[in-house]
Amino acid sequence: MSIYYSVQDLIEAAERENKKISQIVLKEQAAELQKPESVLYKTMRESFLVMHQSVSDGIGPDMRSVSGLSGGSAYKMKLAVENGKTLCGKVFGRALMRALAVSESNACMGKIVAAPTAGSCGILPAALLTVMEDRGLDEREVVMSLFTASAFGMVIANNASISGAQGGCQAECGSASAMAAAALTELAGGTPRMAAHACAIALKNILGLVCDPVAGLVEIPCIKRNAMGVANAFVGAELALAGIESAIPADEVIVAMKRIGDMMPGSLKETAEGGLAGTPTAKRLKKQIFGE
Amino acid sequence: MNVFDIVGPVMIGPSSSHTAGAVRIGRIAGALLEGEPVRAHILLHGSFAKTYRGHGTDKALVAGIMGMAPSDIRIRLSLEIAKARGLDVVFGKTELEGAHPNTAVLTLKDAKGHTVTVQGASVGGGNILISEINGMKVEVTGQQDTLLVIHHDVPGVIAHVTNYIAAQGVNIGNFKLSRSRRGETAMMTIEMDGEFSRESNEGIEKLPNVIRSIILRPE
Repeated sequence: MSIYYSVQDLIEAAERENKKISQIVLKEQAAELQKPESVLYKTMRESFLVMHQSVSDGIGPDMRSVSGLSGGSAYKMKLAVENGKTLCGKVFGRALMRALAVSESNACMGKIVAAPTAGSCGILPAALLTVMEDRGLDEREVVMSLFTASAFGMVIANNASISGAQGGCQAECGSASAMAAAALTELAGGTPRMAAHACAIALKNILGLVCDPVAGLVEIPCIKRNAMGVANAFVGAELALAGIESAIPADEVIVAMKRIGDMMPGSLKETAEGGLAGTPTAKRLKKQIFGE
Repeated sequence: MNVFDIVGPVMIGPSSSHTAGAVRIGRIAGALLEGEPVRAHILLHGSFAKTYRGHGTDKALVAGIMGMAPSDIRIRLSLEIAKARGLDVVFGKTELEGAHPNTAVLTLKDAKGHTVTVQGASVGGGNILISEINGMKVEVTGQQDTLLVIHHDVPGVIAHVTNYIAAQGVNIGNFKLSRSRRGETAMMTIEMDGEFSRESNEGIEKLPNVIRSIILRPE
């Protein structure tokens, strides 16, 4: 039986061998894909490098999406950090900046890593690269933490969904946030059990969030929801690292997310009909871009 | 499912279905045309027709036709690149009965006048399904090495081709036969479990009654 059907199985597998989640996932996936661990690591490192590049790509002042709806917020956030205008310090400001940069790069047809989707591609890179810089972590540790993030993502995909069309934004930005929370916890030296609590806390916070993109484009509100997603990943990780536990276990939170997604009306699942997509401003913007 | 389905793929944004999937549809159409394309007539249906400009679906399809992969950074410049290469592109909208909302119909022509028409849909997460090639019903996902063998519809051709594949030690995962009309041109769609080499494909083209064989590989 695969270890990617329950968070409980995943952390027990790590605890049994007294290893990090990332280590057992790399080993298990190498066996599953019948390739050496070094090959899998190399592929993951390539994705890590693209994540790194996508931050730089999205940070310029002249970024503008094809539709003209978005671009330039990462640059504004960068200026705010540089000028010491942020409320929560530079580390948090940079995390927000990176999430915006990667998401805006995606909207501008830049190269990104779907993590788990293109719509939520800013959260994981922003979380990991920010902690990497702040703590001076080795690249290897950070690349390895992507295996931990993926493992939690697989459990979510196996029991619920990672698609906005199926489960709303909770399934995209929510999953990305939960994956990032778990990876951050491992990177900061937390136990596998703490990583599971971080995942549960992050996911709980975002339950019920609908997918309501203006004009059907991956821009409004997706870009800012990536900033929210990285903030929420830090909430999950900080609480879990402080020893705070989620009263509802991660596996039950994931099932709750699935049920909420099933109950969500179609108009709030990527169809660009309800929610923000149905507001007068959204309708005006849609008309402006596509005509009638 | 594996870790790279969750963290990955590396792709050009903004949308896996409207951008990455569109590149893949274009790539298959481009691979099916004998020579370099000089003209592309692209019809868009459903969501593709409504939102293609905002998602860069037009650029993605044209990039694919020119052979680019979904992670190629030149996708955003593909319309200019096409112009420079002498590829004339025309877009139109269509309504297809019962088709998937993200469907495109591509008709390509090369300098010698060969043409190919491909209908494909982007079915989610960057995955695609090609449903029609030159009027023949097919089911091509492009996830495995896939062989498209165009042949005369006469007895024994399928046996020749499948025996040849077996002799290369490659297992067939899926097989489908389509034909426009009995006794005319037919096409086999053969999905392979393993890798199928270019040399092996050339061997298939030499078999009796085979008109053309094309190997499609996941990028």
